Order: sequence, then structure tokens, then C-alpha cells
Amino acid sequence: MASAEMTQEELAQEELAQDLVPGQAEKARIGAPTPLAASNLRRIAGMNEEGEQLSEINPAGGPLAGAATKSHSHGGGVGVPDSSRAGRLTSYKSADFPAITGREEDWRFTPLKRLRGLDKVELSGAAPTLEVHKPIEVAVETVPRTDPRIGTAGIPEDRVSAAAWEAFTEAVIVTIPTEYDGGAEDKVVTLTLTGAGETPAASHVLVHAKRFSRSVVVLDHRGSAVVSENVEIVIDDGAQLTVVSIQDWDDTTVHASSQQAKVGRDAKFKHVVINLGGDLVRITPSTRFAGTGGDVEMYGLYFADAGQHFEQRLFVDHAVPNCKSRVTYKGALQGKDAHTVWVGDVLIRKDAEGTDTYEMNRNLILTQGARADSVPNLEIETGLIEGAGHASATGRFDDEQLFYLQARGIPEDVARRLVVRGFLNEVIQQIKVPALEERLREAVEHELNAGAL
Amino acid sequence: MSILEIKDLHVSIETEQGTKQILKGVSLTIRTGETHAIMGPNGSGKSTLASTIAGHPRYKVDRGTITLDGVDVLSMSVDERARAGLFLAMQYPVEIPGVTMTNFLRTAKTAIDGTAPSLRTWTKDVKKAMGELRIEPEFAQRNVNEGFSGGEKKRHEILQLELFQPKFAILDETDSGLDVDALKVVSEGVNRAAEGGAMGTLLITHYTRILRYIKPDFVHVFVDGRVAEEGGPELADRLEDEGYDRFVSATSSQA
Repeated sequence: MASAEMTQEELAQEELAQDLVPGQAEKARIGAPTPLAASNLRRIAGMNEEGEQLSEINPAGGPLAGAATKSHSHGGGVGVPDSSRAGRLTSYKSADFPAITGREEDWRFTPLKRLRGLDKVELSGAAPTLEVHKPIEVAVETVPRTDPRIGTAGIPEDRVSAAAWEAFTEAVIVTIPTEYDGGAEDKVVTLTLTGAGETPAASHVLVHAKRFSRSVVVLDHRGSAVVSENVEIVIDDGAQLTVVSIQDWDDTTVHASSQQAKVGRDAKFKHVVINLGGDLVRITPSTRFAGTGGDVEMYGLYFADAGQHFEQRLFVDHAVPNCKSRVTYKGALQGKDAHTVWVGDVLIRKDAEGTDTYEMNRNLILTQGARADSVPNLEIETGLIEGAGHASATGRFDDEQLFYLQARGIPEDVARRLVVRGFLNEVIQQIKVPALEERLREAVEHELNAGAL
Repeated sequence: MSILEIKDLHVSIETEQGTKQILKGVSLTIRTGETHAIMGPNGSGKSTLASTIAGHPRYKVDRGTITLDGVDVLSMSVDERARAGLFLAMQYPVEIPGVTMTNFLRTAKTAIDGTAPSLRTWTKDVKKAMGELRIEPEFAQRNVNEGFSGGEKKRHEILQLELFQPKFAILDETDSGLDVDALKVVSEGVNRAAEGGAMGTLLITHYTRILRYIKPDFVHVFVDGRVAEEGGPELADRLEDEGYDRFVSATSSQA
């Protein structure tokens, strides 16, 4: 009956500290055995001197554990347990990943039958067609896969991403020149990627923001496709880059997109994921700090209708000291078998002292029969941090709320809009590109009109 | 002057055990300027009357009529009733995520009046009413009822009552769960709204305590879905001394 289901992980995670900031002026010394720290902290289940010990996601006998993982792990480091996000297999070769069964941690929510073969067949279809809208200073090129600039942001983290890496023939490279100021609205770079049919295909995009540049890049996915996409994002030192990835596909589209970002020293990166259309959309953004002083904001907005599966799994890798990250994802669901998944992995490695991170997911279920899964994971390997926290909540718009608003004179359709708009606007207003914000507000209205209201 | 007339009202609800009759023929007439107290033991149908007037979908009217100045209320939707001038202060106000009080109050006021309130006077009115009800200014930016205590929720119901200026206010056990200070603040709010005689009040309560602060003109005692006794304020005094025992035993002996 209750369609808002919390997963076991979420319940377990919620029992951990919601906010691990002791509150005083000095740095948090989580787990440090000093009298001061001890007095500031509750004893937290699952925490020890080494940091948080997650439940066994990849048990020793599992497909992602053991020698295979270690031999392929890039950046796992000494003493990292296999269950850690740091221990996840990464490879450019799809054959290095075992066939997906659905029992793996990172695939357990995905309806594999609806992947239309992205995880097993050769991706021989045509990549989405490209239409570019850009200021003259910004370069957008289509290059062969041998281009030496490709392969700098990260290594595929799952089989579908690796399959796309093997199969793509040409890549699109966006280059923002050094010290270019593209902050104004008329300087937004928009790549419209229109699906070229439903033969499984691979696609590759690289966005490179050079030193001290400032820019906004929009990836606007439309049309009909079955596609696995890799997006590399490289933000050089001191650059400010916003990447907005809009998935406004036709109803039959299947889209997997691995979006890996490498954030340079003192760089600012804002990543926005908007999932509105498609049959199955699975976005996996990973952000890695490559230099100190980096600042990352990751936003997500999704609105799932009957039968749609929208999955967003993100990873923030605090590998270096004094970086900050904020994650805010909000989703609305309506209709039978609308399903959304949000998994937020944040890893604070041993060297990442002075880290400040907070991640949050909120879901609003508008009708019966929809399901939202929400799993925040926080791994902390050092106590010398500014703060680390997470929050997750899934609520329902129900008849009593509707009655309350109507009893104040507000008609039913206005009441529903009032609630959904207010809820999603928190994310929309963060985009700071007025035309895009307007389009998304309209898209939300459209979703509301389309729903069985 | 407006008049709210309830005639021979029969109301039932669907439960897992089947249909349950709750109101079994209630008649009441309330005019603007009047305050009617509806009292009675638990389960006597007081709150059902309130929810039925407001149009809660759970309650099914089997027989009888409700009219506002001769116009059929039962054929109106919930929001139409509110716009016609009926206001229900709820016993358990619900939380509305994503909607701030400010946004909610303005949207509701606009819906009720048919036009948006002038921004300058509206902001001033809201501030003043909040101050009088001892509501901290920061609540304006919080989501409707989200994380409010029981007392805060009740004060916000009265805030709306003062701002929306209905013809008839139905207060469903607004006094329940309030300490004496909050009860005074809330009662003062109701009295301010009723000042000048442009509002009729239907005050539903289990206890006589609130009647020390809000003086009723008429008292109706509900027992088992019917009006068992009616009178002036002196009836409330008698209930304070005797409780509901006399009515409850009378019913069970009849049954």
C-alpha cells in the first residue's frame, strides 16, 4: 500500500549520524581518541577509528570482490575494504566486467530487460546527431577516437559505460579557452543531441574548461535512441564550469550516461541533471577532486511518469584536502510503476583533510503505485574534516493535503501545482540560466498536465 | 447578514466493517454575529459535522441539506465552499511540503477573494496578525505546518481565519492540546475575527474551558449523532459541573 519505500540501506544509513559536524570552532576529529572529541560525539554505529564501515555490499565471494577488483582498481589504496566505493572495478574493456545479473550493488535497481541490450550487444548504431549553438570563441569539434585528448577525466566504472568506450567511433570535444568569460546568458554553449534511431549505439562527449575560464555547457538529449554515452568533463585549475545534462527523450528511449568530471585546483564545478523523458534513463555522474580548494555543486531534478525508470547514481570522490561538495537531488513521481532511484556515494579519503560535504535527496510521490528508492552512502576515512552529512526523505502528496489546500479556497489543479512547483523550484532556481529555468518550469507544468489529474 | 442552515443532516462513512451512520438527523441555524458551541462526548459526531460542512470526501451525506443564504452547499466542491465564505479550522492540520506559509497564504487569499491582495497592505496585515498570535516572523518562510508543534499549527489556523475573513468559521476542537497561554492567544484571535458581527462561529469543543474566553450565544449538546439538548450559555456551565454522564446514560437506556 505504501508506495514510498525506504530501502534497508537507507534505514541503516539514517541511523548513522545525520550531520557529523561537532559544531565547535575546531575541526571535527571524528573517531579520534581524544577526550575532547569523545565528549563531542555520540558513539556512532558503524564507525570506528578508521572511519565508517559500510555493510558488505560486495562480499568476498561476490563478483566485484577479490583479486579481480584489486588488480583493476585505480586509486583504491591500501586497506580499502572491497565494499568501499573506492574498491569498485574500473576498466576501458567491457569484458573485464562480469555479465550483469542484477544482483550487483550498482545494478540491483535497474530493470535489465529494458536495457535493450546495452549491457550485452555490440553498440553498432549511429550516435545521436549533433547540433551546436555556441559563441565563436568556444571550439566544438568532432574528432576520431584516436584523439589524444580523449580519456583524461576518468575510466569507465561499469560494463555499459565500458562497452560504449570500446564502440564509439567519433567524439565531440568542447573546448573553453583559457580565461574565457562565458558567464553571460547569450554565451551558453548548447549541444543538442538527437537520437538517431533505436539500434544500440555509443556516444562520446568531452568538455574541457581551460584555466580560469567561466562557462555554461548544456547537453540537451532529445528524440528516440538506445544509447550508452560517456561524458568526460575536465575543469582546469581556477576554471568555473556548469554542465547541465537534460534528458528530454521520447518515451521509448533507453539512455545510460556516465558523466565523469575531474576538478582542478580552486576550480568550481556545477553539475545539473534533469531527467524528464525516456523509458529507462540511468545517469551516473562521478566527480573527482584533482587539486585542493575545489568546489562542487551537484543538482538533480527528475519527474517520472507511469512506467518510467529514472536512475541517478552519483559519486563524489574527496581525494585531496580542503574541497567542498554539495549534492541536492529532488524528484517527483506520478503514475503506476513510475520508479526513481537515487544513490549518492560520497567518499572522503584519508588525505582529504578539511573536506566539507553534504548530500541531500528528496522525493515527492504524487499518486499511488510509484516507487522511489533513495540510498545515501557516506564513507569517511579521516576525522580531520570540516563537516560531512547526508539527508534523505520521501514524502507523499495525499488526499488530506489536497483537502487542506482546497478547504482554503484553492482549486485542485492549482493545489497540486503549488506543491510540485514549490518542491522542484529549489533545484530549478540553481541553474541560473533564465531561459533554461523557464523551459524547465514549463516542462514541469507539462508533466503535471500529462499526469492523470 | 448571512445564514448557514443545516436541516435533518444524516451522514455516514465507509469503514472496514461496512457503512457506519454517524449523524442521524442534525438541524442547526447559524447567523453571522452569532457564536454557537457544539459540545458532546467522544464519538458523538461533532467533528463529522465540521468535516461534512467543509466537504471532506470521506463523509457521505445520506439525507438532509446544508445551505448558505439559501444556496446549496452540498453540491459545491471543497474549494467552492471556502470561496463561498466557509472556513474550517482543522483539528489536525496537515503538513504541505514545498509550499511556504507566505506563498500559501497569498495563494489562498487570492483564490478566496478572486483577486490578488495589494502587496503592501497584505504584507502589513500578515505581519500584524502574526504578531498578535505570537507567531515568530521566521515562520513565514517555513513550509506549511512542516515541523510545527501542535500549538503552532492551531495558531496558524487562526491566523488564516483572521486573514481570510470568512462568513462562517467552524472551529474543530481548536482548543485541544493547547496550554492556557496558547488558549488565550487563540481565543483572542477568534474574538478579533468575530468583532463587528460579520462572522458566525461554530465552536466545536469537548471541554468547556475555551468557553471562558469565547462566549457562546447558543450551546448544542451532541449525543450519538443527534442534538440531545440546546440552550444558552448556562447549559455550558451545567455541563462543566455535571459532565456528559447524564446524556450518555440516557442514550444507553433508550437503546
